[in-house]
Amino acid sequence: MDLMTILSTVVSTTLIYSAPLIFTSIGGSFSEHSGIVNVGLEGIMVIGAFSSIVFSLFMSKTFGWITPWIGLFVGGIIGTLFSLIHAVATINWRTDHIISGTVLNLMAPALGIYLTKLIFDGKGQTGFISQPLASSKIPFLSKIPIIGKIFFENTSIVAYIGILVSIFSWWLLKYTRFGLRLRSVGEHPEAADSVGISVYFYRYCGVLISGFLGGIGGAIMAESITLNFSGTTIAGQGFMSLAAMIFGKWNPIGAMGAAVFFGFAQSLAIIGKYIPIIAKIPNYWFTIAPYLITIIVLVAFVGKSQAPAADGSTFVKSK
Amino acid sequence: MRIKKVRLGGISVPLISIFLGLVVGAIIMLLSGFNPLINYLNLFSGALGTPNAIGEVFRSATPLILTALGFSIANSAGFFNVGLSGQALAGWLASVWFALAFPHLPGFILLPGSIIMGALAGAFWSGIAGFLRAYFGTSEVITTIMLNYISLYGTNAIVKGVLTSSDADSTPLVPIQARLRTPFLEKLTGNSTFHWGIVISFFMVFVIWWLMKKTTLGFEIRSVGMNEDAARYAGMSTKKTIISSMLLSGALAGLGGAMEGLGNFQNIFVNTSLPDIGFDGMSVSLLATGNPIGIIFSALLFGILKIGGLNISISSNTPSEIVNIVIASVIFFVGANYIIQYLISKMKISHKSAKLISNSTKGGHK
Repeated sequence: MDLMTILSTVVSTTLIYSAPLIFTSIGGSFSEHSGIVNVGLEGIMVIGAFSSIVFSLFMSKTFGWITPWIGLFVGGIIGTLFSLIHAVATINWRTDHIISGTVLNLMAPALGIYLTKLIFDGKGQTGFISQPLASSKIPFLSKIPIIGKIFFENTSIVAYIGILVSIFSWWLLKYTRFGLRLRSVGEHPEAADSVGISVYFYRYCGVLISGFLGGIGGAIMAESITLNFSGTTIAGQGFMSLAAMIFGKWNPIGAMGAAVFFGFAQSLAIIGKYIPIIAKIPNYWFTIAPYLITIIVLVAFVGKSQAPAADGSTFVKSK
Repeated sequence: MRIKKVRLGGISVPLISIFLGLVVGAIIMLLSGFNPLINYLNLFSGALGTPNAIGEVFRSATPLILTALGFSIANSAGFFNVGLSGQALAGWLASVWFALAFPHLPGFILLPGSIIMGALAGAFWSGIAGFLRAYFGTSEVITTIMLNYISLYGTNAIVKGVLTSSDADSTPLVPIQARLRTPFLEKLTGNSTFHWGIVISFFMVFVIWWLMKKTTLGFEIRSVGMNEDAARYAGMSTKKTIISSMLLSGALAGLGGAMEGLGNFQNIFVNTSLPDIGFDGMSVSLLATGNPIGIIFSALLFGILKIGGLNISISSNTPSEIVNIVIASVIFFVGANYIIQYLISKMKISHKSAKLISNSTKGGHK
């Protein structure tokens, strides 16, 4: 392969594999900025993947080429509903955040496969969808010489949308009234409460946004990579998104950057054998790399003081 | 007011949680057109009806008791060891590796040696997280999750590249003298996979109970879990305690893995996902509220649900995943024990004491 083809393949596979992580990790940062730890992202992704695939299988004839895009939205909505369990448990019912998140992770695959077996006559996995979220080129931008061919031809549009969403989320959290209030609730809920900000409302917002974006992330994973739903459709991507969020120091743009980096590491595992310099490195190093790097980065750069101050605690309004 | 840690306690919450979990399962079965009563009857008869089934129940409870004990030790020190499955996998690999590497050793050396190697591997794997937590303040939740996946993919690479020739997906069985399954037990339980590991599990329950209640280390672990600063002011080395609790926790998870390697499967193979015994062990421990004796009953209940669940899908069209839905719901209610206790107090005690409980941070339990 010539350099041009290698570069454009690396970029496009990186984007395809990072897109699910981008959305989910941004979701995670909303939840944690509001003070709710969400280790249930994995489960939310499973539910998003399941609902988008079922939607696509039944509705692709009706909606045609637009099906996968509506599928993403469906995944997001069902993800939001599913995250409601986490919200009620942690915000109102004082459940330990990690126990509740683990319940999501236990519940989602069980529910997903149970319903799959009900809908598809006892089969443990669905058929393949006919309208996947395919790679395509971005008009105008792909006309730019060299850069256009590497970055914008045969690429994952949804990943670029994810990058835009991360910039928007950063702006939202940093400069708007909504974002400032959401963060105040995660940093010092008593202070926020004393000036009349509803801690419960903003924490619900944080968790439900993470459900929406996590559901979309799962839907992207299913609609662009696995193309069906089974017990192994989501295998650790939710946890990887959690790592990306921490790697990115709870900042949506940082999380996006980390997600792209993890996508890059995953894509090397797939196309590494075509790249002369690294073809000799055994494949499993690339599979392990994202997790190993997260630990190293966590120890070397992040430390423990970066998380929102009230992250993981339950707020009880005084009477 | 902020609540950081919710303490679990008492026996009423687990019992009510189990009941409510079964109710959730029943509602889901009703909604999908199955008969919950018949299914639950099939579940229990499938798990307890034959010697073979009972053997399988005990076999599936064996590693769960160990991983649950592991979770509860770390939890008493205030850590959430989410890495049980990775540590169990490390223990599984090490025990099988050792047994395959020295096939000519006599059984009285090989079997204990393999089991100890499993425990050491699990301890090493969790020790990394404990060390990073003690010296760098790195969140053990994140490091253990990451270590889980490193363990999964690393183990698969070792199985394919080192333990098997020609890239096979599973190793040969371990030598006969290293197996925990014996013809005697198979005969006793109608050819089930029941093995001697259950003795090890029960013994470890006693050891851990003794360690936590009767030794200085146990006292220090509990003190650090209740109040790290107070423990330090009292002259305890919190770093040492953190690391030893994580080492113990991982060693138990590794033992659980060794039970799978030497008992249940008698080999190791390429896993597509992390072994269930990790997260199930965590659930078992949460349901038992960390009590070692409770862990035995809770692990047996999980064994009954898992083995009986297979019978549900044989005798009707109900997917066996309903059992995992029930388990997830049970843990949900255990976690939400505050609301359960609040509702109980609303129902039976006077209004005044209900208010008292609702204001108490510990959810009103001693």
